[in-house]
Amino acid sequence: MANHQDDKIDKKKRSFLIAATTVTGAIGAGAIAVPFLSSMTPSERAKAAGAPVEVDLSKIEAGSMITTEWRGQPVWIINRSKAMLDDLKKNDLNLSDPNLDVISQQPSYCKNATRSLKPNLLVLVGICTHLGCSPTAKLETQGDMGENWSGGFFCPCHGSRFDLAGRVYKGSPAPINLVVPPHKYIDEKTILIGEDNIG
Amino acid sequence: MNKTKINNGGLLAWVDERFPLSSLITNHLTKYYAPKNFNFWYFFGALALLTLVLQLVTGLLLTMHYKPDAELAFASVEYIMRDVSFGWLIRYMHSTGASLFFVVVYMHMFRALIYGSYKNPRELLWLFGVAIFLCLMGEAFFGYLLPWGQMSYWGAQVIVNLFSTIPFIGPDLSEWLRGDYLVSDATLNRFFAFHVIALPIVLLGLVFFHLVALHEVGSNNPDGIDIKKNLDKKTGIPLDGIPFHPYYTVKDLIGVSTYLIIFALIVFYLPEMGGYFLEANNFIPANPLVTPAHIAPVWYFTPYYSILRAVPPILNSQFPGVAAMGLSVIIFAFLPWLDRSEVRSIRYKGILFKRWIALFVTSFIVLGYLGTEPSNVWGQFSSAIPFIGGVDKATIAARIFTVTYFAFFVLMPFYSKRDKTKPVPSRVKY
Repeated sequence: MANHQDDKIDKKKRSFLIAATTVTGAIGAGAIAVPFLSSMTPSERAKAAGAPVEVDLSKIEAGSMITTEWRGQPVWIINRSKAMLDDLKKNDLNLSDPNLDVISQQPSYCKNATRSLKPNLLVLVGICTHLGCSPTAKLETQGDMGENWSGGFFCPCHGSRFDLAGRVYKGSPAPINLVVPPHKYIDEKTILIGEDNIG
Repeated sequence: MNKTKINNGGLLAWVDERFPLSSLITNHLTKYYAPKNFNFWYFFGALALLTLVLQLVTGLLLTMHYKPDAELAFASVEYIMRDVSFGWLIRYMHSTGASLFFVVVYMHMFRALIYGSYKNPRELLWLFGVAIFLCLMGEAFFGYLLPWGQMSYWGAQVIVNLFSTIPFIGPDLSEWLRGDYLVSDATLNRFFAFHVIALPIVLLGLVFFHLVALHEVGSNNPDGIDIKKNLDKKTGIPLDGIPFHPYYTVKDLIGVSTYLIIFALIVFYLPEMGGYFLEANNFIPANPLVTPAHIAPVWYFTPYYSILRAVPPILNSQFPGVAAMGLSVIIFAFLPWLDRSEVRSIRYKGILFKRWIALFVTSFIVLGYLGTEPSNVWGQFSSAIPFIGGVDKATIAARIFTVTYFAFFVLMPFYSKRDKTKPVPSRVKY
């Protein structure tokens, strides 16, 4: 009886049907995977929370900094003194990327010696480029950072060090400089973080 | 099936006609023959199963009071600790259980390592075990975010960022995992879902497959001898086997009692274990703007974390370190094919294997210790080191032990084959 049935089986038709069913099923599974997976991407509310923030600059004295929040991340605004700016050039030899060759780390308008629009005012995302901890400000020279420290930032997680332009020192676990976020001046005393005149 | 048979055997017979209850008990307990020479190391499988049950029960009770919301999570854990009846006990059982789960699993894996339990025909059994281990690491990671303390927050931040170092897809992948541009309420909510639904289901499935594979091939033993080769000619029962029940169920009770005494001592007297089980910084609510001065993972992740820190960035990328860390865990899966030794058990292996496993255990412990230390133990402030150098003795130690850790695996095909093994007896000893 088995042989009798075998004669009638159209194996080509059977394998075609198997292949067609498998492909249809796979397309269906793939189609439903799209909404499932995209439900895990940032929601509209999370995207809206990424709106630019306005910061009043008038109260930041020379040689000090403030921390504000943009997209939930710490953003530092540092008002560097004349002495601090003069020290910046001395660091070049000890830095991984003194000339800002990694262009993703700052907008084109901040690809300059001070990494800023106005020489004294530096805006940085306060998140270490190693694994995302927030470095501690060590603005003072020397102190607990050793004799040769010329001011900057120290990441407590894995020991990365950055200078007062957010540039990473050689030998740090962090591979690249801290990020300068897009920003622009609304007027003399007010800065808008998260938006610029280019993008 | 004899359909004409009249059921006069009571409830059990009624059930047996519909569900193989009696045959399950005989096949897997009363007539499941395990080698008679199990020693201390053979307690840990049963203890792992017990810990899993404890975690499921205490976890269920915790979900009844915990709130997976960035605004409420930290306070709800304190509420459990202070106001919920016996909430402190249930939470400490869950947190202690997490650490002891890893103690037990590491002992269980070490047993497999010394007695060659991963070797043919137990490769799949071993692979299911490795998958359970990975799943357990996921459970620990997702669960650790839930108290929403500083260590929860920054630990999750660092681990999710590990994925963002993967070339090309990394940044999008980590954003997708977080569901936001940073670790936030969305992240907490989904980690809770992974911790209490997704991974427990996967874990239970894997444990089931692990046991099915175990009962298919049978347990290995400290001699690494196949007991199915010496059967009683009349009964067909292994001469060196004894029924799992009552012999090993009763023996395991002794192990379970001892384990529970230790468990209770920790829960009642040392629930934080000096910062190793519950870290001090996690008693501070999460603050996205400030990283604590010293962050380190919980002890069971520190060997891999040390490997991550030991590998320097290459070509402006942190990915090599991340890849090394991932590989340090995944590499266990390859053991069955790396070990070319003719014998399973360390009892009959030669001096080469013994030296290498001693080196491996040393590496694992030293890397584990280094991983718990703050980053400034790495000599960032040492005056003997020039300002820019960054590499000191601890880093060099971590690099050396990272190399020996991997060498244990990578060189295994060579030293296990060259090793002078001893003849294996035909019957088990004790």
